[in-house]
Amino acid sequence: MTSAVAQGNVSVPQQARGRRSSLTRSRIRSAWAFIAPSLIILALIAGWPLARTIWFSFTDANLNNLSDYEFIGFENYLANYDGEWLGLLTDPDWWHSVWNTVWFTLVSVSIETVLGIIVALILNAAFPGRGLMRAIILIPWAIPTIVSAKMWNWMLHDQFGVINDLLLRLGLIAAPMTWTANADTALWAAVMVDVWKHTSFMALLILAALQMLPQDIYEAAKVDGVSPIRVFFRITLPLIKPALLVAVIFRSLDALRVFDLIYVLTSNARDTASMSIYARQQLVDFQEVGLGSAASTLIFLIIAIIVVITLAAGRVRLGEDPR
Amino acid sequence: MPRLIASFGLAAGILASASAWAVEISISCSALGKEHEICKQGVDAWAKRTGNTVKIVSTPNSATERLALYQQLLAAGASDIDVFQIDVVWTGILADHLVDLSAKGAADIDDHLPAMVETSRVNGKLMAMPWFADAGLLYYRQDLLDKYKRPVPQTWADLTETARIIQDGERKEGRGDFWGYVWQGRAYEGLTTNALEWVASFGGGTVVDDKGEVTIENPKAAEALKTAAGWVGTVTPEGVLNYTEEESRGVFQAGNAAFMRNWPYAWALAQGADSTIKGKVGIAPLPKGGPDGRHAGTLGGQLLAVSKYSKNADAATDLVLYLTGQQEQKRRAVEGSFNPTIVSLYSDADIARANPFIGDLVDVFTNAVARPATATGQNYNKVSTEFFNAVHQVLSKRAEPAQALGRLDRDLKRIKRDGWK
Amino acid sequence: MKIVTRIGFWLLVIAIGLFALFPLYYAIISSFRSGAALFTIAYLPERFDPTNYIAVFERQPFGQNILNSIIVAGSVVAISLALGMTAAYAFGRIPFRGRGLLLMTILAVSMFPQVAVLSGMFELIRSLGLYNTLPGLILANLMLTLPFTIWVLTTFMRELPKEIEEAAFVDGATPWIVVRRVFLPLMAPAAVTTGLLAFIVSWNEFLFALTFTLTNERRTVPPAIALMTGSTAYELPWGTIMAASVIVTLPIIALVLVFQRKIVAGLTAGAVKG
Repeated sequence: MTSAVAQGNVSVPQQARGRRSSLTRSRIRSAWAFIAPSLIILALIAGWPLARTIWFSFTDANLNNLSDYEFIGFENYLANYDGEWLGLLTDPDWWHSVWNTVWFTLVSVSIETVLGIIVALILNAAFPGRGLMRAIILIPWAIPTIVSAKMWNWMLHDQFGVINDLLLRLGLIAAPMTWTANADTALWAAVMVDVWKHTSFMALLILAALQMLPQDIYEAAKVDGVSPIRVFFRITLPLIKPALLVAVIFRSLDALRVFDLIYVLTSNARDTASMSIYARQQLVDFQEVGLGSAASTLIFLIIAIIVVITLAAGRVRLGEDPR
Repeated sequence: MPRLIASFGLAAGILASASAWAVEISISCSALGKEHEICKQGVDAWAKRTGNTVKIVSTPNSATERLALYQQLLAAGASDIDVFQIDVVWTGILADHLVDLSAKGAADIDDHLPAMVETSRVNGKLMAMPWFADAGLLYYRQDLLDKYKRPVPQTWADLTETARIIQDGERKEGRGDFWGYVWQGRAYEGLTTNALEWVASFGGGTVVDDKGEVTIENPKAAEALKTAAGWVGTVTPEGVLNYTEEESRGVFQAGNAAFMRNWPYAWALAQGADSTIKGKVGIAPLPKGGPDGRHAGTLGGQLLAVSKYSKNADAATDLVLYLTGQQEQKRRAVEGSFNPTIVSLYSDADIARANPFIGDLVDVFTNAVARPATATGQNYNKVSTEFFNAVHQVLSKRAEPAQALGRLDRDLKRIKRDGWK
Repeated sequence: MKIVTRIGFWLLVIAIGLFALFPLYYAIISSFRSGAALFTIAYLPERFDPTNYIAVFERQPFGQNILNSIIVAGSVVAISLALGMTAAYAFGRIPFRGRGLLLMTILAVSMFPQVAVLSGMFELIRSLGLYNTLPGLILANLMLTLPFTIWVLTTFMRELPKEIEEAAFVDGATPWIVVRRVFLPLMAPAAVTTGLLAFIVSWNEFLFALTFTLTNERRTVPPAIALMTGSTAYELPWGTIMAASVIVTLPIIALVLVFQRKIVAGLTAGAVKG
């Protein structure tokens, strides 16, 4: 079984190629026709705003007067004033926010992946109430983040929050915890809320992958008497890997840009700020469009590097052919 | 007063004669609830009088979101909102997009609280009109002060001691979750207002003085922060480091704190029908730093300003003058307990009847300390962010006061590099 | 052994259900309370006071807000799926040069923080004359859902065995017919799931919705909730916000239950020979 999976990526045999080349050419033409609408829409709605952000990152633009700015090269990133190095790359607050974000992403996405697989496997099993369960796990996602973050903030209140009360009653803690007031626990609280909210995203995508798996493999494994755990690691996991990777990548993209959640839980506190909070503070609160755009561009670069590493680690080749 | 009526009549007359060109003015007011109702009644009265129409545009409740939305609209030169309701610290930030009201507002402006007028000016020009005032107050539990036979604290040392006595006493009686003093310690603008009160009451200045000099690195400011840091974990729950107004009101109104620092809004709620502490609450000016300190509540409140991109700036200005005028401010004080910015209204009998503690507030407002928004202009948010982050570090015991203030001084001077702009 | 597994399974189901549901349950309890009761803890509802629910609809056009959200999210899903499905077919089934680069470019759109594109998007929407309109919001939200939809559908498309369309092509079918007749049914579970996720993304979107609309009648649910205030600026109208939050989860639950059959149907559709 596993060897069949491993061979799935082998390309079309040589002799078949020549015979179908005209067909292939016409298919390639239709491919471009199929992709064009999406590309045009994306270029229209995203092209201009993104190009503008990158351009502004090399200027001293200010929100106060966006039409009057000067090109200043890399000064927003790194500049030397009278022997003193300034700019984003020398700002410890920026690097602290980078670290916070990467830590938050690593921890929350890891937990969500494991939990998401478990939830998907449960939902894939036939049991009464499965439909209800599927609706239930989506509920955390249905409540807008601005509300659910405030709700958790309230529930995590040290004096009249229900979480402390619950944990005290269950005897899990001895004294009320100050969840969001302390930088260390605050990030964990953010992870918990993120897991609560986004596990369903993972679970549903993995579930869709599970449901598209060919059933006969399992039949064969069952006949051979392979243990379910072995079946999962040897058959299921490799088969759902592409979908799992896409889910992990998109979840990481969101987590790396986390804003509302941490903002509502701890506001502008430097100890817990994420990259997006930093960028937003520069762009909006401080009106430094130049510096804020530079931070946004760096966020883009950091995320791009992380995605490329993830894709490489997952051995994904983007130009892959169908199995 | 006659002058006011005269200018008013004149404006109304001009508009009445021009009513053939009746225009529509958009104003940003609070979204819902009583504040919205009161705002609507006010603009409707003006609309009826002038023949124009007024559309209320709801804006977010959260100050940061509201400012962000304003900036987005103004930076794009959008004329969708003519009249903006702005916070007292935003005048400098938004000034470049606002209409100079110096000429038209000159007649009325001297009637307003000087501190509020100061927040409306940028480089000597009047960019907004004061609408209502706010200031930090000390809320106390009268019943508990009586029980432990303590007076209303006059200094922070008094407050610390009284808070400790009451807290210990109440806890001995089995109320383990009782605390002495709650305030707003989250890393946001509210912490700037709290910390400024401590620093100013000790005589430690206002972070940046009127001339734009950075003054925060001084022993009195350090002493003030040391006092505040001493509360955290003793008379104040550690969680206060993430409290905003509503979280601290939650603890106080549930009867779990002896003292609270908050804005005047909490009064009506604490005395509400369903409040557990109804009839047991008093308000006072915030304590002094020491015998030679002073009572200092941070000035808050809202102003009205006219957008430079408005297509009907004259009518919009007229609306602003009407809404901030004596008659409308009085109505708002009586019906909505909005604190007027016109000094003479504090001795008004009708307002006193509707709002018995209004007389006490006039002292608080006249002595209120303004945040350094005027001096720092467009950089105010940076200054405030640096300040509350430094204070937050001290409160969470991650830095010593002197050390944190030294760093703050350096950072603020770096922001100031080429002047405040 | 079997019984232990069953009990363990059900314990897991219950634990996950509780974790997911508890905050909503707490929101429902809070939505029946008001004033000072907010500051005390309750695990069971004391009374069923619909005041907050009435207030949600009375004080603002909340019904209209929900309708706007449904229109925006529904259109975004329809457009994303239509564009995503065709693009995914091209990316997943047709070998052509530059696929990898194009896919990365599309993904790059999702790598900028939302606040960074806000101001450029604002100018764009205004210049198109779409400010304070639902089409403006739909267009803006496509930026959030389209890359995701294309990528997910491409991945699933690629996973289907390659013999699938061969027969159809031999019969002379055009690529368009192949997409509609062959892939659409096979992709149903993936499409429903992707559509559902895109729906929620659009449903939750706050920053664009707040910035690109001005009047209450045009707002979607998240900004409408963010605009709820108490009688003064500082007071948080918790009961009303909770009531509104409970109300907005209902359409999502309904949506999941409606598409339930489709998701389950996918089970059999997926059983194509591999």
